[in-house]
Amino acid sequence: METKKPTHERDTEDRRHEGIASKVEGFNERGRKAVRDRELHDAVEHFTRKSVAARNTALNALPDAPELRERAYRIKQETMANLDRYLEQVADAVEARGGKVFFAKDGEDAVRYVGDLARRRNAKVIAKSKSMATEEIELNRRLEEDYAGLGLEIAETDLGEWIAQLADDHPSHIVGPILHMNRRQVAEILSGVAGEKLPPNAEDLAAFARKRLREKFLTADIGMSGANFGVAETGTICTVTNEGNGRLVTSVPPVHVVVMGIEKLIPRFSDLSVFVQLLARSGTGQKLTVYTNFVTGPRGEGELDGAEEMHLILLDNGRSELLGTEFEEALYCIRCGACLNVCPVYRQTGGHAYGSTYSGPIGAVITPLLKGNEEAKDLPHASSLCGACSEACPVGIPLHDLLLKLRNQQVEEGLASNAQELAFKSFENAMKRPTLYRISGKAGRVAQKPLLRDGSIRPVPGPLSGWIDSRDLPPLAEKSFRELWKEGI
Amino acid sequence: MRILRRLGVEVIYPEDQTCCGQPAFNSGFFDEARGVARHFLSVFERERFDYIVCPSGSCTAMLSHYYPFIFKEMLEERERSEALGHRVREFSDFLVNVLGVKDLGVRYEGRAAFHTGCHQRRELGILEEPRELLSNVEGLELLEWENDELCCGFGGTFAVKMPDISTAMADEKIKALEKSGADTLISGDSSCLMHLEGRLKRTGHDTRVYHLAQILDSDEGKVG
Repeated sequence: METKKPTHERDTEDRRHEGIASKVEGFNERGRKAVRDRELHDAVEHFTRKSVAARNTALNALPDAPELRERAYRIKQETMANLDRYLEQVADAVEARGGKVFFAKDGEDAVRYVGDLARRRNAKVIAKSKSMATEEIELNRRLEEDYAGLGLEIAETDLGEWIAQLADDHPSHIVGPILHMNRRQVAEILSGVAGEKLPPNAEDLAAFARKRLREKFLTADIGMSGANFGVAETGTICTVTNEGNGRLVTSVPPVHVVVMGIEKLIPRFSDLSVFVQLLARSGTGQKLTVYTNFVTGPRGEGELDGAEEMHLILLDNGRSELLGTEFEEALYCIRCGACLNVCPVYRQTGGHAYGSTYSGPIGAVITPLLKGNEEAKDLPHASSLCGACSEACPVGIPLHDLLLKLRNQQVEEGLASNAQELAFKSFENAMKRPTLYRISGKAGRVAQKPLLRDGSIRPVPGPLSGWIDSRDLPPLAEKSFRELWKEGI
Repeated sequence: MRILRRLGVEVIYPEDQTCCGQPAFNSGFFDEARGVARHFLSVFERERFDYIVCPSGSCTAMLSHYYPFIFKEMLEERERSEALGHRVREFSDFLVNVLGVKDLGVRYEGRAAFHTGCHQRRELGILEEPRELLSNVEGLELLEWENDELCCGFGGTFAVKMPDISTAMADEKIKALEKSGADTLISGDSSCLMHLEGRLKRTGHDTRVYHLAQILDSDEGKVG
């Protein structure tokens, strides 16, 4: 273990080379590496086990959880059906309160808006709270590159995001960005910043982080946040956090910028009672998170806190194209991470194997939907289709059915390999013709004879190696059921 | 077959049946799966019967749940598949809920863990039936095991497409199985069992692996 490089060094080279969220061709290869990394495996297992247990307890304690889930689904369904109207409504509400609203078609649009704002405000420090939408559009990297002249310092203030940023790493989970690291690794990274050796215990590390981050809140020219929910009727942005950084980022700096995916809208303030409960209980197993923050516009007259300027960036980035399609339900996601925690594939590989901003089942669904099938060909196949994700989803997204539809879409777009096309065409032909099916069975029984050893098929290279390399394969029975039936069993 | 007959069920086996088409469906080849499904529908529609009994939660779910799914836009076939789907019953569901049988009067010596296949668990919701049947098997001690809701990692073509991850998933199940102290693994799905047994054998375990029907069949010589 001593010679092993810490996680953040081990992976970054690989990711830098490929670019986050660009090529995910190699889920299988990444997954293969991940399952052999015991340290990673233990960290992921620890987090997911704990989260699943907490979630189960929290939801079981809520007698009307199934009804809430149903209501959440209906509200989202209604929101998406009228999204244009709700977008207009939220924009009007925010503007009426003195905020500014910008519709960003894609990441480039959003980054340009923030960059121009930073230039106009002569900003030096941007303090950010956790936001998957800004991860999705790689806001930090793009700002640093495209607006290099401004000399901006972009400071993540969510503890996990900050550590990831320090390690030049990316979040591997929607809710627990650095769950792939253990305490020792975190201590190593923070010791690098402290210039002294910090002990690997949570209290000391948190105390150090608090001291460093506090400076950022106080010096930041712009505070940036994501949004867990945006209320159309009032223009309220709701963020839920456990660290309090969200509250500081949205109220201390003179300018507050929100980047919100357009699907985060909910129609009414009262709808929050449904979603906030579901999010906290499904995500972390809490009844409510420590902070549930509501921001409605900039600081008003006579108000004591809040930013002088407030900007709401409504990010599309491919979302509106899903409206009215068979994939629309993917937009209902509230980013609680429950589907990641219960996913047996995620539990083996962790999030980085997905090679995309969003990992786990929801990542496997929305990455190809937002970026195109070519960009994320492997992801819909990164599932055993066990359905644990759909069962866990607090808003009832049929995730594994969407994965199936995505697989089908790939086939229809001609993205499946020729070998597969041939294989399944032959499969269909054999299965449609009982005689051919019988002959194939007989041929298989003859063909397997030289391969038999101790009652199993011997490991041989070839099409079966994917199975036989790690598992014994039973031979076909000597007689088919049909033959036994004919003999009169 | 023997169990059903013993319980007074008249069994017919349409000889032209092949596969339900799930391998193609799971891989996204819906057209090919529809081709196989049409064959299935026509073979079974030729026969007169009350129920289709299927010794696999996975195949049952394909017929009852996913045939209507792939024929969603094709009204005539959707109706046909729905009509057929209503008559498909997974083996343990059929015994317990249709025949009302919970005790087969059989014996098996062993400490067993039962694996509920994912389709059986989530699409069909058949959780208690196999356990009820097994709890009445004399000599069989049914054990609880950790994370029993987790998928075994088979997942059809997933097992071959992503063998390392699939195998790691099997290893997690096997770890839980070891911890439970079971000497026998039982399931209602042969495909999960083929995967788990293959891995058990490869890793030098001598766990006995049986389909539920094998345990419930007292004539089956090798069991017990």
